[in-house]
Amino acid sequence: MADPEIKSYAPHHESQSAAVTESRPAKAVLMIVSFAFLGIFLLLPLIVVFNEAFAKGLSAYTEALTNPDTRSAIHLTLLVAAISVPLNVVFGISAAWAIAKFEFKGKAFLTTLIDLPFSVSPVISGLVYVLLFGAQGLLGAWLKAHGIVILFAVPGIVLATIFVTFPFVARELIPLMQEQGNGDEEAALSLGANGWQAFWYVTLPNVKWGLLYGVLLCNARAMGEFGAVSVVSGHIRGLTNTMPLHVEILYNEYNAAAAFAVASLLAGLALVTLVLKTLLEMRYGAEIAATRGH
Amino acid sequence: MTTAPAKARWRFRQPSVIPGFGLTLGFSLAYLTLIILIPLSGLIWRSAALGWADFWAIATDRRTINALEISFGTAFIAAAVNVVFGTIVAWVLVRYNFPGRRIVDAMVDLPFALPTAVAGIALTTLYAPNGWLGSLLAPLGIKVAYTPLGIVIALIFIGLPFVVRTVQPIMEEIDKEVEEVAATLGANRFQTIARVLLPGLAPAIVTGFALAFARGVGEYGSVIFIAGNLPYKSEIAPLLIVIRLEEYNYAAATAIAAIMLALSFVMLLVINLVQTWSRKRYG
Repeated sequence: MADPEIKSYAPHHESQSAAVTESRPAKAVLMIVSFAFLGIFLLLPLIVVFNEAFAKGLSAYTEALTNPDTRSAIHLTLLVAAISVPLNVVFGISAAWAIAKFEFKGKAFLTTLIDLPFSVSPVISGLVYVLLFGAQGLLGAWLKAHGIVILFAVPGIVLATIFVTFPFVARELIPLMQEQGNGDEEAALSLGANGWQAFWYVTLPNVKWGLLYGVLLCNARAMGEFGAVSVVSGHIRGLTNTMPLHVEILYNEYNAAAAFAVASLLAGLALVTLVLKTLLEMRYGAEIAATRGH
Repeated sequence: MTTAPAKARWRFRQPSVIPGFGLTLGFSLAYLTLIILIPLSGLIWRSAALGWADFWAIATDRRTINALEISFGTAFIAAAVNVVFGTIVAWVLVRYNFPGRRIVDAMVDLPFALPTAVAGIALTTLYAPNGWLGSLLAPLGIKVAYTPLGIVIALIFIGLPFVVRTVQPIMEEIDKEVEEVAATLGANRFQTIARVLLPGLAPAIVTGFALAFARGVGEYGSVIFIAGNLPYKSEIAPLLIVIRLEEYNYAAATAIAAIMLALSFVMLLVINLVQTWSRKRYG
């Protein structure tokens, strides 16, 4: 640092870097454009949510959240996430094991199929279950005869949620496990471990942060899904209303303060998700797959 | 070591000492088939069962065509806006150091994490004639909420992280020496960016555009609050599907969904070709 020789190079280095970066005014303009854009499109909507939620005071806010319909919506959202996220975790681990640990024909095609739900409109994700299980659906008559209710009930909401959150865990784990290779597992097996032990004591610890990252994103989407769930839920107040659907109902009833009160909980969930995600990226960046965003 | 035989026996999978292939692949395929493939093929089967005349009548219905035009048109504009601003944001995040950079970077993912319905009511409140931004724009004669412009705003919100997160990692990998060489050879900064850096980023930018566009076409939750949902004017295709379903018109809902899927598929194919081309050209 205090080395005079390096110091004497400093001005030279500065003049060199001036050629590979923008002039100060250009820099300032680009930064102002970025901050203005992000401020208007991302920050303002977030501020509006909390501002509107507390617009009628704290007591109105707590009243909106303790309302029985709101509480049952919160309960349903937690239930749906508690069923669909673990199922997609099991699928994600299983698919990643098959795809990352083995070479087989049709692997690329299978990987593409796993990503398919991301390119389908959420409304269509709900529609496909209506066509299958609805009164006019392929299985509708059979289900009715056997007294099984899927549509406009919790099973339908869970199915639609699983559909839209299907790829999250798998696409996080596949590249990570591919990167890590098979060496550790082969060593464990040669030392006498069986397959389950190799998975439990070797693979799982290796991918735990990546898995958590995938679960985090999967959960955020599961709790926040609107379009797919809206199509299959039937909007029965107190029964099949998840939090996002309840937000819509309150908003359409011109009860903006209550709608934003429930929305503020979901926005809080989003902020917690972002903080945890950022912490994971900062601390365990190398242990999380290189793929970011989706 | 023996050399591999010229014509190896066809194998479904390469041999491996690792166990569990049958179990994990079997379970994955069964789950994929039950949750995704059977329901999606149900959609295709139902639309095929419609018959060509019925399908054509629904597809050429004015309201269907307008809804598709609005969905694809607004998604295209929003993705184009995001390409410009998303690339600038990515550049600022990668190249410039400023206090709070980490927080700004994390903020970019907000649209991934914020439920779409929440984004929808927040944007509507913001751009309504009495909202913070709507009241500023009203004197200028610009109406955003309850117009197609509102749809574009919602889709810009939804699509931004797709562009930033696709372009950002490629920008981080740019070798600074390339810029130094360009500068030494007499290029000014603008020429370096336009002729040297942007072509290298083109495949990533095209991918980001495609992802934002695809997401925008199917987006529902954030749009329906701000759109106004006037048939023929500001009614998006996913909403028309929902409306047809609520009318118990399964045939029309199915047909519109099938058209949307087909169009998205063709679009992704075209964009894939453009990507391959630009990778070959500029790779």
